[in-house]
Amino acid sequence: MQGEEKQYETVIGLEVHVELSTKTKIFCGCSTRFGAPPNTQTCPVCTGMPGSLPVLNRQVVEYALALGLALHCEVNRYCRFDRKNYFYPDNPQNYQISQLYLPVCYDGEVEIALAGEQEEKREGNGNGAPAGAAGTGRKKKIRIHELHMEEDAGKLVHEENGDCSLVDYNRSGVPLIEIVSEPDMRNAEEAIAYLEKLCMLCRYLGISDGKLQEGSLRADVNLSVREAGSGTLGTRTEMKNLNSFRAVSRAVAEERRRQIALLKEGKKVVQETRRWDDTKGGSYPIRSKEDAEDYRYFPEPDVPPVVISREWTDEIRSRLPEFKEEKEERYQKEFGLSAYDAGVLTQSRHLAELFEKTAVLCGNPKKAANWFMGEVLRLLKERGREPEELWFSPEHLAALIKAAEQGKINQANAQKVFAEIVERDVEPLSYMKEQGLETLSDEGALRLAAEEVLAGNPGLVAEFRAGKEKVFGFFVGQVMKKTKGMADPGKVNELLRQLLGKTE
Amino acid sequence: MELLQMQAEELSGKIKSGELGVWEAVSFYKERAALAEPETGAFLTLTEEAALKRRADEVQEGIKSGRYQGSLAGVPVAVKDNICTKGLRTSCASEMLENFVPAYDATVVERMQAAGMIVFGKTNLDEFAMGSTTETSALARTKNPWNVQHVPGGSSGGSCASVAAGEIPLALGTDTGGSIRKPAAYCGVTGFKPTYGRVSRYGMIAYASSLDQIGPVGRSVSDCAALYGIIAGNDPRDAVTSKEEVRIPRTALSDASEAVGRLKGMRIGVPKEYLGEGTQEEVRKAVWEAAALLARNGAVVEEISLPLTEYVISAYYIIACAEAGSNLARFDGVKYGYRAKEAEGLQEMYRRSRSEGFGEEVKRRILLGSFVLSAGYYDAYYLKALKAKRLIKEEFDRTFASFDCLLTPSASETAPEFGTSLPEPLRMYLSDIDTAGVNLAGLPAISIPCGFGGNGLPLGIQLIADRFCEETLFCVARAYEELRGALPAVWEREDAGKAGTRQESRGSRNEKDAGTAGMKKEERRECNAGRGKAV
Amino acid sequence: MQIDDTIIERMEFLAKLCLSEEERERAGKEIEKILSYVEKLNELDTDGVEPLVHILPEENVFREDIVTNGDGRDAALSGAPLQRDGQYVVPKTV
Repeated sequence: MQGEEKQYETVIGLEVHVELSTKTKIFCGCSTRFGAPPNTQTCPVCTGMPGSLPVLNRQVVEYALALGLALHCEVNRYCRFDRKNYFYPDNPQNYQISQLYLPVCYDGEVEIALAGEQEEKREGNGNGAPAGAAGTGRKKKIRIHELHMEEDAGKLVHEENGDCSLVDYNRSGVPLIEIVSEPDMRNAEEAIAYLEKLCMLCRYLGISDGKLQEGSLRADVNLSVREAGSGTLGTRTEMKNLNSFRAVSRAVAEERRRQIALLKEGKKVVQETRRWDDTKGGSYPIRSKEDAEDYRYFPEPDVPPVVISREWTDEIRSRLPEFKEEKEERYQKEFGLSAYDAGVLTQSRHLAELFEKTAVLCGNPKKAANWFMGEVLRLLKERGREPEELWFSPEHLAALIKAAEQGKINQANAQKVFAEIVERDVEPLSYMKEQGLETLSDEGALRLAAEEVLAGNPGLVAEFRAGKEKVFGFFVGQVMKKTKGMADPGKVNELLRQLLGKTE
Repeated sequence: MELLQMQAEELSGKIKSGELGVWEAVSFYKERAALAEPETGAFLTLTEEAALKRRADEVQEGIKSGRYQGSLAGVPVAVKDNICTKGLRTSCASEMLENFVPAYDATVVERMQAAGMIVFGKTNLDEFAMGSTTETSALARTKNPWNVQHVPGGSSGGSCASVAAGEIPLALGTDTGGSIRKPAAYCGVTGFKPTYGRVSRYGMIAYASSLDQIGPVGRSVSDCAALYGIIAGNDPRDAVTSKEEVRIPRTALSDASEAVGRLKGMRIGVPKEYLGEGTQEEVRKAVWEAAALLARNGAVVEEISLPLTEYVISAYYIIACAEAGSNLARFDGVKYGYRAKEAEGLQEMYRRSRSEGFGEEVKRRILLGSFVLSAGYYDAYYLKALKAKRLIKEEFDRTFASFDCLLTPSASETAPEFGTSLPEPLRMYLSDIDTAGVNLAGLPAISIPCGFGGNGLPLGIQLIADRFCEETLFCVARAYEELRGALPAVWEREDAGKAGTRQESRGSRNEKDAGTAGMKKEERRECNAGRGKAV
Repeated sequence: MQIDDTIIERMEFLAKLCLSEEERERAGKEIEKILSYVEKLNELDTDGVEPLVHILPEENVFREDIVTNGDGRDAALSGAPLQRDGQYVVPKTV
């Protein structure tokens, strides 16, 4: 099989829809909140009532520009909306307001990171698996053809045993950005790395959740095959309904196989739209050629053009965050973190920012990194939470780290306080005091306890002096017991040695 | 009856001064409508008596408390039935929306209500405003109050006929290619189409979004300007509404001598292409007579040429139909309106609902619109039309660089008889030649009655100004109206008694017209000379 | 431009209409007449002319991203020919 496939090259381009996390829809003041009862987040505009008119949400343009700039796109200084005409019940006006002729951004590129020579290992997309992290592998540039704004459609629910479908327009008019790549990808790994990169950019920009599984990011794969070395593109198909990276990977492999098989049989690949069925591991065409749509696009007369000045794009550019790669590099250089740690800590912008602030505040970036890599990620994993859900003040964690470093609290208690910081954002020093979790810092009291222990065990003291080192541990244990575990074991050690040495 | 003679502003004045009760005024028009409707058929829906009474009382209260002080407070108004009224059926004269009751008010309706006006009922129109005669209405036949054998014109036929018949002092129409001005001319009333973007379209059921504009229909320029003042202005819900300040020449409107005074030096162009072959001789005469009247009073009138006029209809119908096809796609039997019974499957439900719900003219325009946008034809038709639109607009721009106003007929003939227009759609489309260019260029234009044709039916002239120059337009219109003098109303003819007398009076009027028309050439020379001096 | 049945049927499909034989014949004839009239535009030299979409210079007209609408369900569904559980009902789409 491998021998056969060698002579074919896969050519992949992606059309990605990103659902924006604006508060309101693109053309009306309805909420975009997810999960409301059907049709409760609707108005005349997003239900296509006769006489209603769209008014553009400024935030959508700003989000589109931010992503466009992050993808190094050119900006259409004069951009406009167009109507895409087609009948479907999830589309209340039976046209979608989109952009065809003058999309907001075009001609960009984005660098994706790929694993090195060896087969890439991937374990889902949990926190612990830095996808393409740390810049150890290959890099590749994927060109962006264009990026445009449009409105989402409503949702159709199909009755199990009836002959009806039910329409809910809550999602109708939720803003989308569509990003169309050039056919620059050659395998599933590249396609997935590209998608992950887009997800990361969206999340760093805070413009979308960017989740494939939840549909806030949707990818359609355009795929064709051609004989290796050929300069022309083969006929492509468009694959829809890819809800996970795994589905993308499987669909690419399967569609490649299907097209090669057709070509080998001397048949032609039909240009069509297909739907991926992940449970069956195959796809089927959803639009036959006869009823191929003719969308009859024309300029939307109800939405005035958007004119984008240099000042506006400069302003948005100046607000762009530091992205993952830059952060990773800086953490290694500035904080001396390992590539692995830097990769993990920058998986989420929020996590990275929490870490960074904590690191600076506590003055010990490596210690801070250890806390994040250990305690913070463990807690998230245990509780099944996302880094975005962390809301504690970095000041509090930094104070705890400092206290632990200074021996004001021992490790076991520090973990307890940490849990409280994560849960309730407690101020650690006053909490430690309140709960009596501080180490005994009063040297006098500690000395008194140690003296008492030694005085109470003259026999053992003699044994120790005779060279029986083992009993030292007993003394330490006794002092800790006497101080109810509040003493810093290091300090106790030091003190006992001092006392035993003195009397010698 | 004295009330009937009152213009809307005067009526409001009497109400505000307490001489007349709101309900008294509304009841009067209710009775008028009850009397005239069987013959005119202007209304599709009348506000129910109880609701009307409630609203009248509320307005009366509001006037007492000082909440409603505007120039039209207390005045009942008719609304064309393609403008949404909350809780009041809005049908577009289509079986598709025969039972559609909007859940919201159009911005213009809200604004009229906030000004203390009373929505009296909804008027008939060509189905979805597609037509020039109101004959494509699927729900009613509206007749021309001057002669019931003739159409009222369209598509705002109901609004114009109701005002002409004295059933209502004021009405709202919509104008996409002449739909206010043509029926206004046919019915002998004043109809005004504002600059595109002056009046919010929110709540107007769109025909062709880039051309549609709501405007007033009334018995005088001043009444139209007053209603325009209430409905015009930026609306955050219609993104294409302008933020430019709305200016109305109030003193010139209330004091006609000021309006006439302002004519001095006003440059008025008469484009010859609007008076070409297809224009009836008596219409041509009427226009030149009006030109002479304005020239005699200080205006500088000149015959000019707008050579691109012959491309107006082509560009207009391509653009209008393309947008209409898309705008009317939402009527699909899912969310509101007509849904075919027992249709099997989604496609059949769509196709049957739409085929059964829409009338022939609407279907023709939708098909045409689909065609001009479809793959392979877009560039040759739609894009070409948008380019022609730019050229036409630029031609008007150049003209308005040296003219304040243009004078043309509102229609090239008097109202045709029923049944003569629809059999030949192309001919009907061509009859929009006088009005559609204004919509392509987004200009304000007003149709004012200027007399009667030989058949006794009203004639109208059209004044056109540059975008946002409503002030100039109202001034010239008001001056013309004053110089023209009073024209008889339908009911004055009725008061005169029999049809025979009507015929006679028409005859004598016509002779008079012919007499003045004889002076035309001379006047024209005068105008041109005047122009020469001004330059 | 000749408008034959294939073209009319294609337009019917796109516009979701369904004409009777008689209507189709009439529509074809009329549309053909209208199209041959509007082809008059070909006389116009439009080389280098930018298509004109928006007649007014309005641009950048925006709403701010603030929720202004509440629950619109009852209003939305008030005119629905068929509804169930707060949703519109359509013939099954799959």
